[in-house]
Amino acid sequence: MNTAIIINITYVFSAILFIYGLKELSSPATARRGNFISSLGMFIAVVVTLFSQGIIEYQWILLGVVVGGIIGALAARMVAMTAMPEMVALFNGFGGLASLLVGLAAFDPKIVSQFSAAAIFLSVFIGGVTFTGSFIAWGKLSEKITSNPIMFTGQQIVNAILLLGLLAAGVLLISNPSLNNDYLWIVIVLSLLLGIMFVIPIGGGDMPVVISLLNSYSGLAACAAGFAINNLLLIVAGSLVGASGIILTQIMCKAMNRSLSNVLFSGFGSPKTAKGEIEGTVKPIIAEDAFYILEAASSVLIIPGYGMAVAQAQHIVKELQELLEANGAEVVYGVHPVAGRMPGHMNVLLAEADVSYDVLLEMEAVNPRIENFDVAIVIGANDVVNPAAREDESSPLYGMPIVNADLARTVFVLKRSMASGFAGVENPLFFKENVRMLFGDAKESISQLVREFDQ
Amino acid sequence: MEIVFLAFILILSIFLGFELINKVPATLHTPLMSGSNAISGITLIGALASAGAGQSQIATILGTAAVVFATINVIGGYLVTDRMLEMFKKKELKGKK
Repeated sequence: MNTAIIINITYVFSAILFIYGLKELSSPATARRGNFISSLGMFIAVVVTLFSQGIIEYQWILLGVVVGGIIGALAARMVAMTAMPEMVALFNGFGGLASLLVGLAAFDPKIVSQFSAAAIFLSVFIGGVTFTGSFIAWGKLSEKITSNPIMFTGQQIVNAILLLGLLAAGVLLISNPSLNNDYLWIVIVLSLLLGIMFVIPIGGGDMPVVISLLNSYSGLAACAAGFAINNLLLIVAGSLVGASGIILTQIMCKAMNRSLSNVLFSGFGSPKTAKGEIEGTVKPIIAEDAFYILEAASSVLIIPGYGMAVAQAQHIVKELQELLEANGAEVVYGVHPVAGRMPGHMNVLLAEADVSYDVLLEMEAVNPRIENFDVAIVIGANDVVNPAAREDESSPLYGMPIVNADLARTVFVLKRSMASGFAGVENPLFFKENVRMLFGDAKESISQLVREFDQ
Repeated sequence: MEIVFLAFILILSIFLGFELINKVPATLHTPLMSGSNAISGITLIGALASAGAGQSQIATILGTAAVVFATINVIGGYLVTDRMLEMFKKKELKGKK
């Protein structure tokens, strides 16, 4: 048997490990093992590749692996859990960049066929968009650049011109790949620009969609690179990731009741004119009074939002949970799919604070029994509990599935001020009869409640 | 024929991906993203071939850069996913009183 066959058989084995690893992610109990199995698949694939006949020198490989490995390991060890969304965005961008470079390195005008030129075009194009797009997403998530949408007149036209230019350069490249590779450089520059243009008009609250989509792109870029260098494992692994990102994107869009094109092109989050008058008055409450109500409660629902991540309140929330449980109350969490800045953001933070995953319930699980909760505590969430989504047909949020916090017996809303949420929409929840506002920093407010319990 | 064969593999993998990911619960969506992200670092094996083929200088430089970025993606992605998943525990033992 020659080495090529052995390598390909090993690749099949790696693909099985990736698939099995993803399968194990279907339960938190087995997920960690799944991740390990998946990494084993990667390790085997890398090792066996080193034996392929095409590879004759190892010094550059060694250098690259050592440098990349140290950077990756340090970043993964040092990142704070609250900074996870931007970390994922950054890693994602590096994946895209790697695909771009692999595509570029595979382009040899002397031997390239039209088919591989097309594949190289795709891997450079998708990889480039993924790279700069993820980089902008990283900037927005870490607040290095404004998380508000950046819009200007004629933006769509500029984007359309960029895209047309890209396609034109692609066609010219593919139609006669052996002649010149200048078009390839045009493709690179334009796709890098397009990645920037694609993410800047998207606001911070829509980041869950963008990150999912970029995740999908990084897979598709790897897949295209697989076609470019004729490697089956790249195609299989890349399309698994591509499919995963597409599903997450769909889930996120559905949770916001918006289409993907609406998220990408509408610049949602820019201030909107207020619609319909809201009746009622805002009723503030102090921590001491809130404590008496909580003390008497036998079931409590905690609804976390991005504000909890900003205030880093997850640990003190867990403390409150323990005190309430010691007091005989049932405590569960109601997590909206788009709470936070990436899919599953709240769950990771609460898991960090040692909250058991079986009390982290999805929106669909808490809504049917919402009337039975004595108290719902909304921590730094706004749009995902806005009853206008259910009641007010003129609201931009109308139709979005929400956690029906307002239907609980009593609702505490922890909020810094009366500013509106990401969507820029007034929240009638705050004006309802059964709602009390606990103003202040979320962490500080909960600390006060915890102190009341301790007394 | 080669193209048809590759397309065949592509379509099957996409369907398999849909089936697998649909079963992942919402609570694990962040680890799913970072874990699948690490898998997309599979471009590393393509980068190895470019960096070690001893071709033109430019291909070697590009390949080495690709190895660096793909390795960051792979090592960082798997480690950070492991760190997150380690925290997902069921605390039945001491939690309920």
